Amino acid sequence: MAIEVRIPTILRTYTDGAKQVEGAGSTLSELIEDIDARHSGLRDRLVADGGLRRFVNVYLNDEDVRFLGGLETPVKDGDTVTVLPAVAGGAA
Amino acid sequence: MRYDSLLDSVGHTPLVGLPMLSPSPEVRLWAKLEDRNPTGSVKDRAAFRMVEQAEKEGLLQPGATILEPTSGNTGISLAMGAKLRGYRLTVVMPENTSAERRQLLEMYGAKIIYSPAAGGSNEAVRVAKRLAAENPDWVMLYQYGNEANARAHYETTGPELLADLPEITHFVAGLGTTGTLMGTGRFLREHVPGVKIVAAEPRYGELVYGLRNVDEGFVPELYDESVLTTRFSVSSADALAATRELLNAEGIFAGISAGCVLHAAMALGAKAAEAGERADIALIVADGGWKYLSTGAYDGTLDQAEERLEGQLWA
Repeated sequence: MAIEVRIPTILRTYTDGAKQVEGAGSTLSELIEDIDARHSGLRDRLVADGGLRRFVNVYLNDEDVRFLGGLETPVKDGDTVTVLPAVAGGAA
Repeated sequence: MRYDSLLDSVGHTPLVGLPMLSPSPEVRLWAKLEDRNPTGSVKDRAAFRMVEQAEKEGLLQPGATILEPTSGNTGISLAMGAKLRGYRLTVVMPENTSAERRQLLEMYGAKIIYSPAAGGSNEAVRVAKRLAAENPDWVMLYQYGNEANARAHYETTGPELLADLPEITHFVAGLGTTGTLMGTGRFLREHVPGVKIVAAEPRYGELVYGLRNVDEGFVPELYDESVLTTRFSVSSADALAATRELLNAEGIFAGISAGCVLHAAMALGAKAAEAGERADIALIVADGGWKYLSTGAYDGTLDQAEERLEGQLWA
């Protein structure tokens, strides 16, 4: 088992076009480090100044990690992490 | 109920229980039916309030042109308001929105400028901002950053909910401009200790996130993270399934964003029931299903509907 990480189209240049990659770690921060080791450059697209970039949203099992503990959010095997750019959304 | 005119009849929407979808008598779901507004969506509240505010500030003179980026509902509300008040309306709308919205907008006399599907509403906002700069005499109300949007909900949606459901524990609504959640959320937090304010955000197909880089992302100026308790991302599949369940179990024919919100509300309900806690969860049904019939959302199997929705802005 591992943690599945879904990558949005605009960041797939870092994953050789892969829609999802697998990683390990006990926190989101560790997970991002682990993935960056194989997909160099990805971390800097997600993280800046010790926090998530303003226009990047990360969801742990569909819940926004900013409300769970940010980069220190605990993660475990079997979780799904979804990365999405912030968009204007719908219902507007 | 009697009103002087259609514009006066905004709000005062019913809050109806969802007995079949509620997990137990202690954990109840309540739907606020915003399709019962003059043009059939929650957006009437914010749109008319923004027009009123612009009039008060002297920004709108008779015959003025209003400009607005919108995926549909706000445009339809503004089109009706503009017609009755004597303004012209130009909307910037992503091309991947349903045919019904275009027809309604044209019927109300609005002019539509289409923005590219890729990039979704981000692109509509960008095009509208450019047009506003090129046409300084046009008035962009700008729902994503206009305080009157959130204030409409602070002054109407919030108090209506509190009056109908003083025991409210959770408020769940869709996240677009964030006006509904910010305004209603602030009001409820001031009056109901411990109330949870939960955002349900539609997760679209990849086309909608087709930005060139992450720095092109967009966070509405109205958004204040501290108002929310948490925020869920809901897939098209989950939103569609819940939209159909709402009709099958409770008889409510709602738009797909209602399914998005219901999906999150049911998860909160299940969690409360499991923990043995009492909960009264109010959720916003932003509009009815009529405008989405052509998307195929209600036709055939869920898989077929999901496939047809790929790449469309369904909320």
